[in-house]
Amino acid sequence: MKALLLGVAALVALPAPIVAQTVAITGGTVAIGDGSAPIANGTVVFRDGRIVAAGQGVAVPAGARVIDARGKWVAAGLVAGFSDLGLLDANGVEESNDTSARTSPFAAGIDIAPAINPAAVMIGNERLGGVTRAIVTPSTGGSIFAGQGAVIDLGNDPDPVTRPRAFQFVELGEDGAQAAGGSRPAAYAMLRDAFAQAQDFRRNPASFGGREKDSLLKRGDATALLDVLDGKTRLLVHAERASDIRSVLTLKKDYPGIDPVLIGAAEGWMVARDIAAARVPVIAGALADLPAKFEMLAATESNVGRMEAAGVTVALSTVGANTAPGDHVVRQYAGNLVAISKIPGSSGLDWGHAFATISSGPAEAIGMGGEIGSLRPGRRADVVLWDGDPLELSSAPVAIYIDGREQPMTSRQTMLRDRYSTPSEGDLPKAYER
Amino acid sequence: MDAKKMKYLCSAVVLTITGCADGSDAPKSAGTNAATPATTPAERRYARDPYPSTYRAYPGVPTVVRNVTILDGEGGRIDQGAALFADGKIVAVGASVDAPAGATVIDGTGKYLTPGIIDIHSHLGDYPSPAVRALSDGNEATGPVTADVWAEHSVWPQDPGFGRALANGGVTTLQILPGSANLFGGRSVVLKNVYARTTQAMKFPGAPYGLKMACGENPKRVYGGKGREPSTRMGNIAVDRQTWAKAQAYDRKWTKYEKDGGDAPDRDIGMDTLRGVLDGEILVQNHCYRADEMANVIDMSKEFGYHVTAFHHAVEAYKIADLLKQNGVCAAVWADWYGFKMESFDGIGENLALLQKAGTCAMIHSDDENGIQRLNQEVAKVLSSARHAGIAISDAVAWEWLSYNPAKALGIADRTGSLKPGKMADIVLWNGYPFSVYTRPEKVWVDGALLYDANDPKRRPVSDFELGLPGAGDVK
Repeated sequence: MKALLLGVAALVALPAPIVAQTVAITGGTVAIGDGSAPIANGTVVFRDGRIVAAGQGVAVPAGARVIDARGKWVAAGLVAGFSDLGLLDANGVEESNDTSARTSPFAAGIDIAPAINPAAVMIGNERLGGVTRAIVTPSTGGSIFAGQGAVIDLGNDPDPVTRPRAFQFVELGEDGAQAAGGSRPAAYAMLRDAFAQAQDFRRNPASFGGREKDSLLKRGDATALLDVLDGKTRLLVHAERASDIRSVLTLKKDYPGIDPVLIGAAEGWMVARDIAAARVPVIAGALADLPAKFEMLAATESNVGRMEAAGVTVALSTVGANTAPGDHVVRQYAGNLVAISKIPGSSGLDWGHAFATISSGPAEAIGMGGEIGSLRPGRRADVVLWDGDPLELSSAPVAIYIDGREQPMTSRQTMLRDRYSTPSEGDLPKAYER
Repeated sequence: MDAKKMKYLCSAVVLTITGCADGSDAPKSAGTNAATPATTPAERRYARDPYPSTYRAYPGVPTVVRNVTILDGEGGRIDQGAALFADGKIVAVGASVDAPAGATVIDGTGKYLTPGIIDIHSHLGDYPSPAVRALSDGNEATGPVTADVWAEHSVWPQDPGFGRALANGGVTTLQILPGSANLFGGRSVVLKNVYARTTQAMKFPGAPYGLKMACGENPKRVYGGKGREPSTRMGNIAVDRQTWAKAQAYDRKWTKYEKDGGDAPDRDIGMDTLRGVLDGEILVQNHCYRADEMANVIDMSKEFGYHVTAFHHAVEAYKIADLLKQNGVCAAVWADWYGFKMESFDGIGENLALLQKAGTCAMIHSDDENGIQRLNQEVAKVLSSARHAGIAISDAVAWEWLSYNPAKALGIADRTGSLKPGKMADIVLWNGYPFSVYTRPEKVWVDGALLYDANDPKRRPVSDFELGLPGAGDVK
């Protein structure tokens, strides 16, 4: 392990890309991330930033750089399911926060991709927690539509966006009611009117206003919503209450092209069969078990397990949770779902499915399972080498690859830690300790 | 406002507490520094406890847990140990104990027995679920100095969060604080985590009161936003000092009256609380993130003759671990919260570990209705950070962060917080290694009464609020 860490340090010093190199990580416990059980003594091979193979009996290609992972775990990088990484430096520091635009005239047309800052300090910190990709979502401002989110990588490079305009985000529960002026019916009126106007825009762009001060929909918003109506971009819908979820599922009857994904769904277990039948995936709030709002009275930690048992594709996220610990907390969430599988009456997940909820699960939910989220052949080589079970709290990453590129194993947090390993000053002020 | 929830306002407490680093359980009198000698609280000519605890322990049965790994909360560990508790108290803990006739005997093979978890920083009841405006009772944000309010008069005993903290978190005692909008937020209340019809019936009998104080961004933002003092950090300290000066004058007046008689001075309910702090009877629980601000507050406490028991949310405590130790001030912290506001920008996962390494009194806290359900896991994260940073801390010592140190900082360590004979039988049986993510409470006893049992749906509390609503009585 020491030799491995030295190797990492050398790579940090030498920025030369190793993307073209074939890497084989051997001897570790391999977690593919697709719901399968961990594989003892497996091998993971990647080349040109993509996974070649992973599992047992995988041959090490000639000339490959071989990394010995005996005693360690080799796992798909974590995918943060509902994140604001890259959109802010500190949540409460308004000046740094690009998640929402309360007074903007634009809504659905907002595209966060150009605002993503790969140098945002939290990206480096969260990467060291094993998070390699994030589904980054804007928050609503003056509309139920928040705009178009993006999928990003957390790599230490200037090119963070994996897929811009990957989905549209809309609020259709209590938060939607508030954004629409005060009621759920108003939110649905806003939604249906926006879709109708978008269709007007398609039929006759020349006669479509959208530039007047009082226009309810701008041209950019209309364009973005047409992508939703055509199923080109998925519609992520935040809804928690069972009845709200049913209403969302009903939307498919009126707008057959849309491809909804449920966000939150605290009462999803009560309508799990309907969700499964509609083939709508869910990015859930993991451990929500309190009636934090009237729309989530029936919240229980067993929600995810029950939905999965009913055939729903479920992923985890920090939606509705306190985000202060950072997105790396999702692995703790997943571990807890394994924990409750031992509690009488509770519904949890087995290890493989729990791990999938924070790797392939979020990727599948937004239609990118073929590209990210697992160690299956052809996926981007987001690989994390852990010194133990990645869902266990005692484990930490010892090496991280994103798009096959080895990542630095230091962060601003490790620098603060090292500076203050002894709190008192030495020969010079702390400001000189680097 | 949206699906992302950020929370950085509601928790802010400053306590002047007994210096828990010196192991003293009794509140330390600050009178030695005070300008005037204080009367003893017993000499007070007004009621000191007008809303007394009406808590009564529920009946239990003599119980022995055998073949269990014990973390006693004071740094002790017994493998293959046993514990006996009866009549609400711990009777014996050791390699083996004698089981009295008729005792319930539980085989703890593969399981762990620990003291119940104590959360020194919670807003259950004053910011309850559901988080609707009608129940938002944690911040009296109408003035920066509200030492006159008492959290117990806001606490809603039907908060479903109490039950979750018990069943999922193994929390048996918790301090409910006013929020951090104000410099002087008001009095805290310490509760046994046992549902009752009234908050008074949850109050930990005889626990000292705390005074919540706050420094930093929250008070200056709230009142700066209203165009009034404080709008800056220097304004925070200025208002604090002016208030303490008034408290000293109030204390002088009342002390004179109580000794010499004459016309009774006017009562000031807020000043009663500050006087209690100056006399060392009420413990200061001080919300404060930044190292430099904690240092300012320590100097202020010396200027006016009181003691800060613990800094809460002390995200930068690791930068001044030595200073806190020297001054006998504890730090109550999260495991890994960081970056959610400017004053938390320098948060690191090793904070608690570095405090322990320096010998500073430290503990975990939640400030969160979800985090309180997983405080053992929060400590597990700290242990991992410690180990990866080369800091050796045993599991048994780490449990001090979960029960004994918070008990000391609440002034109740003589009654609970560790598995010692004669103490309250506030106990958790975990279904495995409690610093694993895969472990949960199996049974929780408060004063020897079994109030949660994972194997018995009838031992799963359902608050009035949840009764008859979707999901009532479900596993949570």
